[in-house]
Amino acid sequence: MRDAMSSIFGRLGWDALPFWSMLHDHSAMTIINGIIATGAASMVVIGALAAIVLVTWLGKWKYLWSEWFTSPDHKKIGIMFIVIALVMLARAIIEAVFMRAQQAVGLDGGFLTAEHFGQLFTTHGTIMVFFMAMPFLTGIINYVMPLQIGARDLSFPVLNQVSLGLTAAGAALVMISLVLAPFSIGGWTGYPPFTELSYNPGAGVDYWIWAVTLSTLSSTLTGINFAVTIFKKRAPGMKLFRMPLFTWTALCTAILMIFGMPPLTVATGLLALDRYLDFHMFTTDLGGNMMNYVNLFWAFGHPEVYILILPPFGIFSEVFATFSGKRIYGYKLLVIATMCIAVLSFTVWLHHFFTMGQSAHINAAFGIATMLIGIPTGVKVYDWMLTMYRGRIRLSVPMVYAIGFIMLFVLGGMTGIILATPSVDYQVHNSLFLVAHFHNMLIPGLLFGMLSATNFWFPKAFGFRLEERWGYRAAFCWIIGFMLAFFPLYVLGLMGMPRRSVAYFEPQYLPWMITAGIGALVILCALLCLLIQLWVSIRDRHANNVFAGDPWDGRTLEWAVSAPPPEYNFPVLPEIYSIDAFMTEKDRGQGWQAPDRYEDIDMPANSALGVVVAVTGLAMAFGLVWYMWWLVIGAGLLTLVAVIARGFVRQTTRTISASEVQRTHEHWLEQVRRTTPIKRSHEQSTANHGLPVPPIEGAVQ
Amino acid sequence: MTGQGKHPLHRNRLPALLVLLILLSGCSANMPGFMNPQGPVAEAQRHHFWVIIALVMIVVIPVIIQTPLILWRYRYRGHAVYRPKWYMSRWLDIIMWAVPILIVAILGSYIWRQTHELDPYRPIAGDQPPLEIQVVGYDWKWLFIYPDQGIATMGQLVVPVNRPISFELTSATVLQSFFIPALGSQIDVMNRMVTRLHLKADHPGRFEGKNMQYNGEGFHRQRFVTRAVDGDAFDDFVKRTRQLGQPLDQSVYRIIAQKGDNRDVARTLGLDTDDSDAVIRFSTVPDGLFHTIMTGSPIDWSAMTIPPPQQGTTRTSVIGAPSDHDTASSSDHPSSSHERKEAQP
Ligand code: HEM
Ligand SMILES: [Cu+2]
Ligand SMILES: [Cu+2]
Repeated sequence: MRDAMSSIFGRLGWDALPFWSMLHDHSAMTIINGIIATGAASMVVIGALAAIVLVTWLGKWKYLWSEWFTSPDHKKIGIMFIVIALVMLARAIIEAVFMRAQQAVGLDGGFLTAEHFGQLFTTHGTIMVFFMAMPFLTGIINYVMPLQIGARDLSFPVLNQVSLGLTAAGAALVMISLVLAPFSIGGWTGYPPFTELSYNPGAGVDYWIWAVTLSTLSSTLTGINFAVTIFKKRAPGMKLFRMPLFTWTALCTAILMIFGMPPLTVATGLLALDRYLDFHMFTTDLGGNMMNYVNLFWAFGHPEVYILILPPFGIFSEVFATFSGKRIYGYKLLVIATMCIAVLSFTVWLHHFFTMGQSAHINAAFGIATMLIGIPTGVKVYDWMLTMYRGRIRLSVPMVYAIGFIMLFVLGGMTGIILATPSVDYQVHNSLFLVAHFHNMLIPGLLFGMLSATNFWFPKAFGFRLEERWGYRAAFCWIIGFMLAFFPLYVLGLMGMPRRSVAYFEPQYLPWMITAGIGALVILCALLCLLIQLWVSIRDRHANNVFAGDPWDGRTLEWAVSAPPPEYNFPVLPEIYSIDAFMTEKDRGQGWQAPDRYEDIDMPANSALGVVVAVTGLAMAFGLVWYMWWLVIGAGLLTLVAVIARGFVRQTTRTISASEVQRTHEHWLEQVRRTTPIKRSHEQSTANHGLPVPPIEGAVQ
Repeated sequence: MTGQGKHPLHRNRLPALLVLLILLSGCSANMPGFMNPQGPVAEAQRHHFWVIIALVMIVVIPVIIQTPLILWRYRYRGHAVYRPKWYMSRWLDIIMWAVPILIVAILGSYIWRQTHELDPYRPIAGDQPPLEIQVVGYDWKWLFIYPDQGIATMGQLVVPVNRPISFELTSATVLQSFFIPALGSQIDVMNRMVTRLHLKADHPGRFEGKNMQYNGEGFHRQRFVTRAVDGDAFDDFVKRTRQLGQPLDQSVYRIIAQKGDNRDVARTLGLDTDDSDAVIRFSTVPDGLFHTIMTGSPIDWSAMTIPPPQQGTTRTSVIGAPSDHDTASSSDHPSSSHERKEAQP
């Protein structure tokens, strides 16, 4: 009986349930932590059930299946990536608030067990990087980049579905780990030998390994897809040096993904070999060496931070130019600076472990290499300021995020230079100073970038503006909350407080910790404001509709089509003569025109491969975590069959007839003609239906 | 609401920054850590910290000050010039690249020198020969071996003031990082590898010591007190440890190697556990204990240092006969690069 059970369920037992330990151990600590964990698990279960019931009740399964899950449309895939990111963002922020609450009362104790706290920082970090940041920026690039280069889709739409499927599987695995616990306590870096079987035999590290592996595979494929698309699918006349800056950063990010993700796939793969097949890559005995892992991890890790920050750079470039009503300053040098950053980012990984005992030559060389990156980054900041200089600045919501970014980011850059100084890093490495630094880059940089992009491009994607009042509230809560939550950590780091500490014994830490806790609450408010903003916007969607497609007097091609754009993006592929292609068109009075003739358009046909990979990927990973070998083998075979079967599909495209294209386009043009153009001063009013007044050279509108 | 330059962005940013800076400088007097340095290394680190900030501020301050000014001057309803097609100025470009390049050049040469000067492997000059201390990291405590004195402690690291200390460090378990913020640098400790660290205390006192690298549940309790005392008091400490301590024999070692913190060890050894900072003393240690732990070979419990050797006596290293396997794995292990005997200038 036991044998039969274990061949089915592997090592999965009742004790994986989050309330199991409560039933046996009645100490206050166990009960409190059991209740928190059970609450989290029930949120997952109830959330999933509620979603299923809701969709069934609305009878929307068929719609979801044919219009979303199997759709190869880059726009829909982009939106699905962002939905995943938002769900995971909510979870990771709640976890962060728990950590902040624990440390605010953590002098000599607190309410969380060390094990629970370890899971919190590990899941928070892993989710934020792999299942919030990566899907978010992948989604935004997915949506915007093909529109900006005048393409109809990515080069490999089905591969794009597979990428989405792999990310979804990884995110689902992390969610399941709340119900069938535990997750790893090894941090988002997962350094061995701590994560080796001998020190951490449980399922936690395996959850982490497979979740991260799914995510890195997804991102590698995404990188290939983006790079090929940008190289191959640009509209006629869209030379490299006419591409919008956001597309440039997308290209750099794609290249970084291609070269930066595989080292981590290899590292987690080797760690898995250690854990499953008794290899000794990173163990302490039999010749293993954990330093190889550390080098591999950061050969991924440093490019990764630029994967995270370059797309926001591109987004802010667009936002600064658009809301200053002015051409971006120093386009060429900005492109060169971006490329410099991308290349240099492969040469600095060692700054993450100055304290491992290598020689001073090596440390100094890597410290200086790191500072070199500061040069192009600093130049970019000045370029953005000069873009606003002599412009006409509208402080819209995306712009508030951009201003918050530029002022806070330079402070983060300064602390980055401090950390890059080996002699000082010997003091602040592994302390809360480091935590403050990278949040100072990731929140004002990455997260503000994503939120700015959401406010900026949401009207394009859904056809109505996001409500501004709650948008401002969210933005200010984010900025103030960030400062309250993270500036104190700099001080705590200087006082030598180690990161990842569940409790501490120095009373001097307490006031700073309480301040940081208050900051976390303000951030929670920000999250709430975002939700309300979304709700209010959906409620008022008719009043705020911008079907004409150009609510911000945009400069690049994505604003030249309706909002939301038709599936094929452009009725005929546009010709490009300069940077800021759409602005040039408008200047010449050539926007919103009907082409001379329409043609049939071939679009990729729907495919279920992405869904299959999501399911089998999740099943395989889950089987590996709990040693359910039948599931691993079965799901593996199924994946193989699906991929081969895909090779036999002959009907891979679907044709949209010229007459349908014509009908859609003329309907839109008709609507545009009926729309009253507005000046920028009415941008945030219900008068804005997506049509700016025609520009007059030099005039303020 | 229309988009105007009315948002109080810049109004609440700068004061917050100033408050932070004032708090930083005001509190540093009683801050633990290197803002209140107790040794030459930490003192130099604090100095570098402020030098770097001062240099980088040259790039940062213009952004913080000018961004709000630009926002105001070029606000939508303002009357300043509007040049929507202006996108380049050769002079501005040159300044924009030149200033950061210049600053990084200065920073670079500064860093090159300071990194070598403060290399933790580099011995600290002093009139007295350095005191050798061997540190072993366990889950979740540190063992301090004084090889020349033939004693060891846990819970407290006692060092003489004004005498350079030369640490050799390893881990009996996973990666950890040994750190006394008030004295200077932290350094990683790894099993099968030896790292080095040189520190000195300028003033007598009690300083926090910790592990900075997460290693599991007891991580936050892996702390110790560093007590810097004058030369006589140090000799006294050695003498008392030899008198009061118990030998670090096999049964004691087994207790140390179990998971737990200092207090757990003290409790199991039957010592007073009321004071979590209390010192646990060992009167004798097996010869070459440190290196046998490092190489993972079996410890030779018969080779206790009795009687304790006098100061300056040469040390024998690994005594226990390592098995073939261990010799092989430790000799072809790349860790030898970690055992730099001296820092290159
Ligand atoms: C939204 C507000 C956020 C709050 C309040 C917050 C809070 C925290 C806290 C308390 C920790 C643990 C610090 C410690 O080790 O002692 C942490 C770690 C971390 N956070 Fe955040 N965080 C936030 C946003 C983010 C974002 C946006 C990202 C990345 C995109 C991120 C990435 C990380 C990472 C990578 C770690 C390290 C995890 C580890 O130690 O393994 N966080 N955060
Ligand atoms: Cu890095
Ligand atoms: Cu090493």
